[in-house]
Amino acid sequence: MESHTTVKVVLLACGSFNPITNMHLRMFELARDHLEDTGQYRVVKGIISPVGDGYKKKGLIEACHRLEMARLATENSDWITVDSWESLQPEWVETAKVARHHYEDLLAAEQNDDEVDTVKYAKKRRIEENESSAHHSRGDGIHLMLLCGADVLESFGIPNLWKQEDITEIVSRYGLVCITRSGNDPHKFIYQSDTLWKYRKKIHVVPEWVTNEISATHVRRALRRGWSVRYLLPESVIYYIHEHGLYSAESEQKNANVILAPLQRYTDASSS
Amino acid sequence: MVTHRIPIVLLACGSFNPITNQHMRLFELARDHMHSTGQYQVVGGIVSPVSDGYGKQGLVPAKHRIAMAKLALQSSNWVRVDEWESQQPDWTETVVTMRYHYGRILKEYRQSMGTHTDSSGNTPHLSSPSPHLKLLCGADFLDTFKIPGLWQDDHVEELAGHFGLICVSRGNLQPERAVHESDTLSRHRHNIFLVREWVRNETSATEVRRALRRGLSVKYLIPDSVIDYIHQHNLYTEDSERRNKGTVLRPLIKQAQQLVKSLDN
Repeated sequence: MESHTTVKVVLLACGSFNPITNMHLRMFELARDHLEDTGQYRVVKGIISPVGDGYKKKGLIEACHRLEMARLATENSDWITVDSWESLQPEWVETAKVARHHYEDLLAAEQNDDEVDTVKYAKKRRIEENESSAHHSRGDGIHLMLLCGADVLESFGIPNLWKQEDITEIVSRYGLVCITRSGNDPHKFIYQSDTLWKYRKKIHVVPEWVTNEISATHVRRALRRGWSVRYLLPESVIYYIHEHGLYSAESEQKNANVILAPLQRYTDASSS
Repeated sequence: MVTHRIPIVLLACGSFNPITNQHMRLFELARDHMHSTGQYQVVGGIVSPVSDGYGKQGLVPAKHRIAMAKLALQSSNWVRVDEWESQQPDWTETVVTMRYHYGRILKEYRQSMGTHTDSSGNTPHLSSPSPHLKLLCGADFLDTFKIPGLWQDDHVEELAGHFGLICVSRGNLQPERAVHESDTLSRHRHNIFLVREWVRNETSATEVRRALRRGLSVKYLIPDSVIDYIHQHNLYTEDSERRNKGTVLRPLIKQAQQLVKSLDN
């Protein structure tokens, strides 16, 4: 075993998950394979954290449904979990704060050997075994990394969407695992940003060799038009969507003329 | 109304080594497309894995490919696996496989008509036209018609003219060009349906095997039940990828033999 040199990693994915698709789940698998292949990391857990309703994104359906779909989708994974903390906050929470919350959770769990989590017992136990079978080092402890697509990295450049100090905190304190498709060039984007360049060693770029463009936007469109979405998302999620009549032309109009919470917050801040 | 629609069955031939979610997506996309024409009613789908005689590199035994396809399609209420082609000792021409399935479909149709005819006898209801069988294929399939020695001309004629093709494309002009460049396909272009796949999905069985050989995750690319089966039987390894290495694809040999025969005559 080379566990003496491996660092335990927890992957955190933030986003709408409106709805969760096989692509979201694939990102976790790709990230884990990539990190473990370096020989330096051991990925012990994945956390899916759906954004709260306060995000005000167009077509964003209620968090309770998005959470439940994510739970159903991860039922067959022995390492990916869903966390409701972010989605339960009355207002939109900055990603850096979500990361902070989970990092503190992990540190506390490390100390108490007690997971503050709601995952199923079996999964919880497996993950705990994972977490403790790696080396008992207190010092380097556990790393939290933010898992995202190349689009999130590029969104760092959109004015008023991110606070600069949040970007710095995310890349410097936690690190990023960024899944990229052919056609995107995250390295160039990193090079062009002084902040990202400074912390480039904390940004892991994972190439997705097999392009897979399933997006939640496409899934919602297909559902509105009555097209099949089978094999794009887990059966159990499709069943849930039909059962609750989610994703219609009407639901797509939610927040239609509302400004996205981060834009509202930072635009106000900069103009006042 | 259903009564005026032509019922069709979709047949997909291929290695299915192993079957992937993308294979099953093709069926869903094709069905949605055919329904949207307003003229067709897709009544069934058939997955027909090629027999071991095909001689393709890395092809694992048919019994495994069949078992995996069955597991994958357990949750589908309209696509099923058929073993006939895979059980033939030699590789079977696609057209021959289609003739076999069309024969069966017509027989079933006539039987169901028989139970529906009135006392006077033989007039089947005009409201239920006889079913069509069409070959479902991916974007690169049409290009295979250009490969010298792979297809017999009369087979292409029968496939495109008598049966018909449904080809799922990725938005480039590849299938349109293939039809344009072939006189036979061009002549039957009304019987060739091009379905646009808006979401690019490049999952291929080749990529899945590659990932498996390298110990990488294939979760969410193929169903969990198929992953379990692969691990249980230790199917895709560096050894299995060497199967048939250096072997000439059976269609190339078979077609060449026929050519020699016809020259002898």
